[in-house]
Amino acid sequence: MAEASALTVENLRVRRGGREVLRALSLEVQRGTVTGLLGPSGCGKSTLMRAIVGVQIIASGNVTVLGHRAGAAELRRRVGYVTQAPSVYADITIGENLRYFAAIVGADRERIERTIATVGLAGRERQLVGSLSGGERSRVSLATALLNQPELLILDEPTVGLDPLLRSELWGFFHELARGGTTLLVSSHVMDEAGQCDRLLLMRDGELLSQSTPEQLRESTGESDLAQAFLSVIRRSRAAGGSDPAQT
Amino acid sequence: MSARATTATAQRVLWQIRHDPRTVALLLVVPTGLLVLLYFLFEGQPHTFQRIGAPLCGLFPFIVMFLVTSIAMLRERTSGTLERLMTLPLAKVDILFGYGIAFGLLAALQALIVCTVGFAILGLHAAHGAWLVGLLAIANALLGMALGLSASAFARTEFQAVQFMPALILPQLLLCGLFVARSQMADWLHAISWLMPLTYAYEALARATAPAPLGGAMAADVLAVAGFTLAALGLGALTLRRRTA
Repeated sequence: MAEASALTVENLRVRRGGREVLRALSLEVQRGTVTGLLGPSGCGKSTLMRAIVGVQIIASGNVTVLGHRAGAAELRRRVGYVTQAPSVYADITIGENLRYFAAIVGADRERIERTIATVGLAGRERQLVGSLSGGERSRVSLATALLNQPELLILDEPTVGLDPLLRSELWGFFHELARGGTTLLVSSHVMDEAGQCDRLLLMRDGELLSQSTPEQLRESTGESDLAQAFLSVIRRSRAAGGSDPAQT
Repeated sequence: MSARATTATAQRVLWQIRHDPRTVALLLVVPTGLLVLLYFLFEGQPHTFQRIGAPLCGLFPFIVMFLVTSIAMLRERTSGTLERLMTLPLAKVDILFGYGIAFGLLAALQALIVCTVGFAILGLHAAHGAWLVGLLAIANALLGMALGLSASAFARTEFQAVQFMPALILPQLLLCGLFVARSQMADWLHAISWLMPLTYAYEALARATAPAPLGGAMAADVLAVAGFTLAALGLGALTLRRRTA
């Protein structure tokens, strides 16, 4: 029951369009943590997240989520997923979007109101999503995933384009969720968010370069700045065999 | 499958339509407008107007729902909302039935208006009752919806989806017997017409509006329409993939 890891990925390989976008990736995410998935745009972060929620066809490897195979029907109530592009209905209002997703996952009215307040959109329920800014739309998308308080939240770049104050509030909220036992995997391509995470997964070119805490990363690289530390991890991995390590 | 998820989906589709009053107006006004146009076009030939206009009242919802569904479903696929729905506790049939209920209601409203104008104002007759034409119109709308749903899987853009209307629907409309009796067609065209769902939809409507007694042939046509609808829905369900490349 009290298994420490919420998520394990073993030797995951994914091919898209004839190219291997995830190359024998293995990682582990501990329960009740905020884990940052960092790496440049196009390194395979979104593909990895899609594999975790079970919508990505994989070539080989295992993805185990909360003790089940990724994509298992039991997980659909327990895992929340927010895609990078806001996946909400632009032609209906904020309130209607939330009411629809709440009906599917079985969240009540009070829960809807609290969730809208959490993402800072209280009082704007009657506004059409299509009339919102990009940042506001992604907050609606985030809100729909928070409705049923999932045990594992997979958030693909949830803070892109947000006001700095709201961004810091959201990170505070992520930690509040983690203290309550929720596990969060949050991707970002900006290193200044790395310091907000309990643990860091650094990705580049379909491979995992390191998994550690921010402190461990600073110590092992001798860099105080996390962006510099990431750079040094990349250099070290290239020196150790380039971006195409010998896999048998 | 869950009743709550199905009705929630139907309600969400209706919300989407309600926020688009111009589409609602077009859905409700255009078929009636076309029927009025036919009325004046065949002013001196009431028989022709009766032969074409009466069944057409029940075919409009088929055409419109095919178009609306193929675009709506394509948007659902390209906007990422379908992918999100596939990660939630929602069965594929909840999506299909949700769309069916919403578009079925809309088709009923459309059929009510066009049948009222056609049969009560423009002097068309339905020998077996205008209500029967209305019911067939709803069944045909569901057939159009089911075909549109499957077709949407084969379009990547809205430009492509719109082209499916002349590519898939127009040939059926030409061969179904509405414009030229099928018995007068070349044999090979006649043979093709047997394979097209709209042929059976038209035959049922022609029987409902003509004075000859309804026999087993009517039941066979209705069953054929229902069969095509279920087959298209099944194909549509296959195209809703939980996992994609």
